[in-house]
Amino acid sequence: MALILFLARRLFYAAILVIAVLILSFLLIRLAPGDPVDTLAGQMGGMTEEIRTDLRREYGLDKPTLAQLGIYLERFASGNLGYSYFFNLPVLSLILQRLPATLLLVLTALVAAVVSGTTLGVLASRRPNGLLSQFITVISVIGYSAPVFWTGMLLIILFASVLPILPVSGMTAAAVSGGWLLDSLDVAHHLVLPALSLAVVYLAQYSRLTRASMLDVLGSDYVRTARAKGLEERKVFFKHAFRNAVLPIITIVGLQFGNLLAGAIVVETVFNWPGLGRLAFDSVLRRDYPTLLGLLFFSSLLVIVANQLVDVCYRLADPRIKAS
Amino acid sequence: MRRAIAALITTLAVAATATASAQEPRRGGTLVMGQSTGTTSFNNAVGSGTGIMVPGAQIFASPVMHDDKWNPKPYLAESWELSPDALSMTLHLRKDAIFHDGKPVTSEDVAFSILTIRDNHPFNTMLAPVERVDTPDATTAIIRLKHPHPALLYAMGPPLMPILPKHIYGDGRPIKTHPNNSRDVVGSGPFRLVEFKPGDQIVLERFDRFFIKDRPYLDRIILKTYPDSQTSILELEAGRLLLQPFFNRVLELDRAKANPQLVITNEGYAAVGGINWLLFNNKRKPFDDVRVRQAFAYAIDRDFIVKALHKGLSKVATGPIHSGFPQYSPDVTKYSLNLKKAEELLDAAGLKKGPDGIRLKVTCDYYPGDEDGQKRLAEYMKPALKRVGIEVEVRAPADFAAWAKRMATKDFDISMDAAFAWGDPVIGVNRTYLSTNIRPLVFTNNAQYENPRVDELLNAAGREPDEAKRKLLYGEFQKIVTADLPLFWLTELPYHTIYNKRVHNPPTTIWGTASPMLDVWLSDK
Repeated sequence: MALILFLARRLFYAAILVIAVLILSFLLIRLAPGDPVDTLAGQMGGMTEEIRTDLRREYGLDKPTLAQLGIYLERFASGNLGYSYFFNLPVLSLILQRLPATLLLVLTALVAAVVSGTTLGVLASRRPNGLLSQFITVISVIGYSAPVFWTGMLLIILFASVLPILPVSGMTAAAVSGGWLLDSLDVAHHLVLPALSLAVVYLAQYSRLTRASMLDVLGSDYVRTARAKGLEERKVFFKHAFRNAVLPIITIVGLQFGNLLAGAIVVETVFNWPGLGRLAFDSVLRRDYPTLLGLLFFSSLLVIVANQLVDVCYRLADPRIKAS
Repeated sequence: MRRAIAALITTLAVAATATASAQEPRRGGTLVMGQSTGTTSFNNAVGSGTGIMVPGAQIFASPVMHDDKWNPKPYLAESWELSPDALSMTLHLRKDAIFHDGKPVTSEDVAFSILTIRDNHPFNTMLAPVERVDTPDATTAIIRLKHPHPALLYAMGPPLMPILPKHIYGDGRPIKTHPNNSRDVVGSGPFRLVEFKPGDQIVLERFDRFFIKDRPYLDRIILKTYPDSQTSILELEAGRLLLQPFFNRVLELDRAKANPQLVITNEGYAAVGGINWLLFNNKRKPFDDVRVRQAFAYAIDRDFIVKALHKGLSKVATGPIHSGFPQYSPDVTKYSLNLKKAEELLDAAGLKKGPDGIRLKVTCDYYPGDEDGQKRLAEYMKPALKRVGIEVEVRAPADFAAWAKRMATKDFDISMDAAFAWGDPVIGVNRTYLSTNIRPLVFTNNAQYENPRVDELLNAAGREPDEAKRKLLYGEFQKIVTADLPLFWLTELPYHTIYNKRVHNPPTTIWGTASPMLDVWLSDK
């Protein structure tokens, strides 16, 4: 019962948040100079005034901004995200077509970063001043301070010219389907570099955080008690210390999910990965308002879902949270 | 000895047949092509741009094609004739052409397509003189014109006149947003659309019932989107990408030149006719003074631009018409670097140097998205014009929409700009110089140039059926504008096709890859 109430409350807040995101982004997008019809005109190499007026009317751009917002929200409420100005496809189908690519990239990077980051952090915490720990610190600082696009470009140079074993662009090879298994392998092959460059930043953060958190916990009273009881060091380390040390990491993972999506825009652009990020980048340049708003809606939805999952994880990791 | 000679002869003969068979066109294979701008629609009846025209020309067939010498060739139309008064063009269509859904191509479809293009295509001058299209029988279409329109023969080519099936696109839904523009596209061209992932890839498959026997050679064309030119080069070098058209990044072209497996060519862009220029805001002081505009022309070193900035891959543009066009005239006012003359002209215009050596401060915009054709040239203006006391501030636009707005509202001093002629001056040249085309829109007469004689010449030339007389009219036009200099032409854009040696018969007609790839074939090496 408490859980249902909790979820209902969360859902209510989430709905308010989504609407606020939509209104805010709708108004912000319009602050950018130029409008979609001008961009269309440019892409087509010219346009007459009649066509321009027609298009503006068709897209509802001739109405005042607030009226447009009203129309948009009304349509949104009935589940219609509108049509992309540029693709003439429903925004929903455009986004759904690209969502899997982004989810694959982001989740792979996230899992890779969390798993290897915490492992490295735990290893480093065993001998805080050891060689491995120093090495991890150095790697983390580099990983954290290097911009994602730069890491990506360096990886491209390395794996395109020096050691050409990994594809540096796109999600699939330019070929027709070779069956389920071959296609998956092809995608996995293409996934390595983008996921790696996205993961490196977060890996650095997680390993630093885990190390600090582990050191903190290892110094606490209950660990000393556990050791005093004569428990096996491995048990102390993983069962008593690690489970407690992992809480801040869950927090950060949840908080950073939004950043991860933002990072995906850059990585997708650098590696030509056909996901939501590239679509967002192109849509900004084209002032494709409906697509952009649809994307922002989906991104806020993803962030909200991620945060709900984090809360659930908390409850699993720490029984005390469930009790309170 | 005799045996040795016999062996030698056999070897030679074998080698000779091997070479011969290597040159023999072969069926099959997948041509992977790159594109820098993603495709948003395939219906080139209502949109232009390479993203639409290149795949559109594979999916839809047009009444005629053109070779590399501007000659029209039969395509959907077996033959055609212009009436003596040049007011009606009769097309005799093939009887065996069918659409991808199996329905025959008839004169009804041709009439429907022509009127659709006339009313919706962004190049509104292209078919504006068409009054109606008569269809006396299923394979005859007569285009009735309000006045003679020699550009028509080029407007009937693959990138500009796709023949749409009326039974699909004529269903009453608005054509510009018709769902079949990007899904389940039906044409009668050599390839049909089987997959479209916007921004990623397009898969076109050979249409087995295409009306030209034994064509195309290719089984499949895959168009991959590479927004970043460096990625396309890497993919070309890796042999994964086989042909990249409309490529104009000079550093990467230079790099491709050094690769023994790659070939670069600038053939296949004649009708595209891209020229970049420095646009003056003729309505704003001091650019309303022709001496000031000419001074700019004398202070800019176009040879330096071509040799150093474009590594010799472009060509100096001497006037408003691309040198690949039949209407081009070299008999124009020419400008070359002459700093002294530039300073004299500026002095005469009353722009004296101040104590700091500066006589004029201007802002320079540029059309974003073309690094070598635009941005670097805008940056070059700064040191070049500094030499004659003009201080240039380059106003980098955030993106296309931001620049387009400055052009539409005429909020600029000077700007880098470019345009494409698309087959005939009437289609792509007139718009920049006609005083009737001064509009609050990008890619119009944004110099706001007004010369009644130029208007008269362009309008007369557009209606002149006699090719020789037409050339004279355009000759006078080129002479006048190069003297008036509403804008200063810099280079013909360095468009190239880069292709792997496995690709044979790369498209080099006047429309290049924006025409059907019937003869392209692939070998193993």
